[in-house]
Amino acid sequence: MSRNGPIALIFHALFVAFILVPIVIVCIVAFTPEGYLSLPTNGLSLRWFRAIADYPEFVRALRDSLWLAALSSTIAVLFAVPAALAIARHRFAGREAMLAFFMSPLMIPHVVLGIAFLRFFTTIGIGGTFVGLVLSHIVIVMPFALRLVLAASIGMDRAVEHAAISLGAGPITVFRRVTLPLILPGVVSGWILAFITSFDEVTMTVFIASPSTITLPVRMFLYIQDNIDPLVTSVSAALVFLTVIVMVILDRLFGLDRLFIGAGR
Amino acid sequence: MSAKETASGGRAPWLLAGPALLFFVGIVLVPIVMTGLLSFHDWGPYKGIETVITLKNWREIATDSYFFEIFLRTFRIALLVTVISVLIGAPEAYILNRMEKTWRSFFLVIVLGPLLISVVARTLGWALLFGSTGLINVTLVRLGIVASPIQFMFTETGVVIALVHVLAPLVVISVWASLQRLDPQIENAAISLGGSGFTVFRRIILPQVMPGVLSGAIVVFALAASAFATPAIIGGRRLKVASTLAYDEFLNTLNWPLGAAVAILLLVGLAAIIAGSNRFVERRYSEMFR
Repeated sequence: MSRNGPIALIFHALFVAFILVPIVIVCIVAFTPEGYLSLPTNGLSLRWFRAIADYPEFVRALRDSLWLAALSSTIAVLFAVPAALAIARHRFAGREAMLAFFMSPLMIPHVVLGIAFLRFFTTIGIGGTFVGLVLSHIVIVMPFALRLVLAASIGMDRAVEHAAISLGAGPITVFRRVTLPLILPGVVSGWILAFITSFDEVTMTVFIASPSTITLPVRMFLYIQDNIDPLVTSVSAALVFLTVIVMVILDRLFGLDRLFIGAGR
Repeated sequence: MSAKETASGGRAPWLLAGPALLFFVGIVLVPIVMTGLLSFHDWGPYKGIETVITLKNWREIATDSYFFEIFLRTFRIALLVTVISVLIGAPEAYILNRMEKTWRSFFLVIVLGPLLISVVARTLGWALLFGSTGLINVTLVRLGIVASPIQFMFTETGVVIALVHVLAPLVVISVWASLQRLDPQIENAAISLGGSGFTVFRRIILPQVMPGVLSGAIVVFALAASAFATPAIIGGRRLKVASTLAYDEFLNTLNWPLGAAVAILLLVGLAAIIAGSNRFVERRYSEMFR
């Protein structure tokens, strides 16, 4: 394998610095001992991390975000598995259109979805409720769940299923004991990608969240719109640390490139 | 033979996909159509939304230069972000691909990892760097490169830099994926036939990864044109783009019909641009998809 020249390596270093600097700066500023935004030149302090505890709205928003992400990605996977099997195994009129329809939330700007849901939920009387948030998040995570389950279903060897059928297994047994275990990696990585997508979503959620049900990114966004201070910086830094831990675990389990590139297609 | 194996399907696929399909019709199609209708309704500060059919909002968007300016700015920002992301993301993917395996997986995590971090946290980092007492300006002034701090906050430059940071990794993914599909034997054949490094790159590698570059570019353009959190934080209320304009109409002015019209125009405009570029890519590189 050919190597990179010095110019390529300098370019690479600059690119990596560009990617890392804004994230690292958040983590550094969060440790400031001062009462204002500054680099911690006079020692490090955890005072702004402790301050988070005095603002229960951030903690509550984190809890709501986690529940929302878990619920919406689980329901999306429950919809996605049979839909993926239908698309992977049958050739029927409208198959392409159906797939495009399920993938359409990727193509629709989230501002448009936010507006559409705000209008719709207000009309049917579930505006500003947790149910509304879950319904809307199922929609935006569905393409990620479906794509990964679909890839697993297409790559699956059907001969094992045929063997089970010829040995007298009923359709439910075949699904539970043969099909599901074989597509499980796709189902799990689809669920994880769906969870992350839901957890990070801001643009659509900002329209349909209400003061009583709000997600952490939206809470942070609304806070930053008013003022940027060390408190929101420490919340962001805590979120970065949390994400890095999850990232390392995911990389060990699946390989980040496979998770993304499987999804990028 | 079980019913599942009949190639043409029958009722089975519709039963399997039925729940998801019903859900999508009810929760995606209906709300979008309702929003389309909403853009034709009338609105007044005292009477609220009036369910009549009028072209008032669309006429306002078409004639008022305020809207034209905002849509033009959205397009300009998206185009710049796309070009810069491709110019830095594609070479980075190429460099990553030429690295030793251990370094490669390490840097892949660093380059792709930020995609998992909340956009709000990443944009906050730029807001901290951009301020007049932020790291960038302090460094530039101290090094004597500029005499007085550069204004990044509330400018298009700032929005473009922060959006490139958010979206360039997507170009890396897209180009990386197409580099993985390359057959190294073709490259080796070109080298053994006497092609120089540059010739091999230009004549062998570049044409094969071009579809990956272009599809990455289309995704970046679509996301940059509809980005919300980054332009809202860096651009503020003064520097509006289409999505922050729609947000203001909905949640501050409360003129929902006008906000709906802005959103529908963004949706239709983007759909047209994406469909056009997809067709161009497919026609230009049709031989590669055969």
